[in-house]
Amino acid sequence: MRGMGEYQLEVNGDTQPVSAPDHWTLLEVLRYRLGLTGSKQGCDKGDCGACTVLVDGKPVLACLTLARASEGRAITTIEGLMPAHLRAGGTGADPLQQAFDRCGALQCGFCQPGMILSARALLDRCPQPSREDMRDALSGNLCRCTGYTQIFEAIESAVAEKLQLQPKLRSWEAQRAAKESTR
Amino acid sequence: MLRLPKFELCTPTTVAEAVALLAESPDAMIVAGGTDLVPNMKHELFTPSRVVSLAQVRELRGICRNADGSLAIGAMTSLAEVAASELVRAQAPALAQACSLVAGPQLRTMGTLGGNVLLDTRCQWYNQTYFWREALGFCMKKDGEVCHVVKGGKNCVAAASNDSAPPLMTLGATLEFASPRGRRAIAIDDFWVADGIFNKKVERDEVLVSIQVPKAPAGHRGAYGKLRDRGSIDFPLLGVAVRLDLDAQGAVEHADVVVTALAAQPKRITKLDAILRGQRPGTPEFEAAVAEAAALAHKQCKPLPNIPGDADYRRDMVPVYVKRTLLAASRGEGPVHHV
Repeated sequence: MRGMGEYQLEVNGDTQPVSAPDHWTLLEVLRYRLGLTGSKQGCDKGDCGACTVLVDGKPVLACLTLARASEGRAITTIEGLMPAHLRAGGTGADPLQQAFDRCGALQCGFCQPGMILSARALLDRCPQPSREDMRDALSGNLCRCTGYTQIFEAIESAVAEKLQLQPKLRSWEAQRAAKESTR
Repeated sequence: MLRLPKFELCTPTTVAEAVALLAESPDAMIVAGGTDLVPNMKHELFTPSRVVSLAQVRELRGICRNADGSLAIGAMTSLAEVAASELVRAQAPALAQACSLVAGPQLRTMGTLGGNVLLDTRCQWYNQTYFWREALGFCMKKDGEVCHVVKGGKNCVAAASNDSAPPLMTLGATLEFASPRGRRAIAIDDFWVADGIFNKKVERDEVLVSIQVPKAPAGHRGAYGKLRDRGSIDFPLLGVAVRLDLDAQGAVEHADVVVTALAAQPKRITKLDAILRGQRPGTPEFEAAVAEAAALAHKQCKPLPNIPGDADYRRDMVPVYVKRTLLAASRGEGPVHHV
């Protein structure tokens, strides 16, 4: 049938058969054909970054990607991070996911899948990023709850854990330490 | 939730195949990175029955240096790749800087240089949903007859908003197209028309293949400045590309400034070369000439309230950004942006 596509997508390491109309975006196929609702539908026009997925390791917006044009590319969604971490011999969730949890880097949670995937891509290409690198890498992901500080701290915490460094004091810990030292 | 209108998607693997698919269907459109066309289709600004994706056409990707030292940039090369390319950064710094300031990281990974050159013009009365535009009674660019920017206006004044166009103009770039009639090249300076409805001299069945950037002289300096609301995601409220070619003694041999996001086509500031020629960067005379050039740019630029952002503010920022970008270029620095 014209305008209908039968094709295969490589999602989180598995080859998935897809049957969907040509005008569906990658986000629609992920959410409504493959049941992967971790990628969020936010503004749906490329402003907010909630739908960020990794295509060949690079963050892109699924809401502006035509699904069938992604054939032959390796797609990673938030659902794929933990299995990939386990396959690589790790335990539990991806260290970034654990760090976001540990640092309270979320409130409503809507932006988290996109944030974590943008951060994952950053750490994969730059294992010890500066705050400036993090700001740049996450500048296409909007968060309306946390004010970003805890998100940056979560990435720093994951880096410290991976490289076995002493983690930096978090903003509230630094403030408390400063207050106590003047007491 | 914004759904795309129905269309048939074609995914050719060669330019010849893409040209043939485009020629077959009278209302087919090309999609490259999708960061401009897809939101516009979601807003029902375009409803093609066939969309030809160039995502699988490998021959359109990559940057290489020709035998004569000029650069050939494939139209499907992503903005992130152009921004990071050592070749482009060395030979065309203003272009690399402009590409590094387009939107956010995800959009630069998806968006292509060819797509940015061919970007649709933008207007606050046009880049809206069908519901929004219908409630207003539409505008002359799409579905309606009136202009909401200029009351009683006869011409569309939607703004050219491509960051890559001004640096490519200062660099004297050429665009190469393929169509059923063969190949043709056009200088980017001659590519624009002052019509916001469609501001480009390109036929519907033509595919942009590559962007050719001539070799710049040894003393070439370039920079790009972008005024924007936020440090990411946004289209320009004003874009300024600067070219300064210095001679062996370090004096300005040739100067060129092109601004964009003010009107339907990018605009070259005229008579600016005469002011700056012969001046040596770092001297008080050069600084005075830069101030004079900025005042000249202010006189020549009269933005309309076509895109978000106060038009008077955008006009007042023209001399500020022309000055800062000229100084940055003279020092081999840039890009220029205050957010």
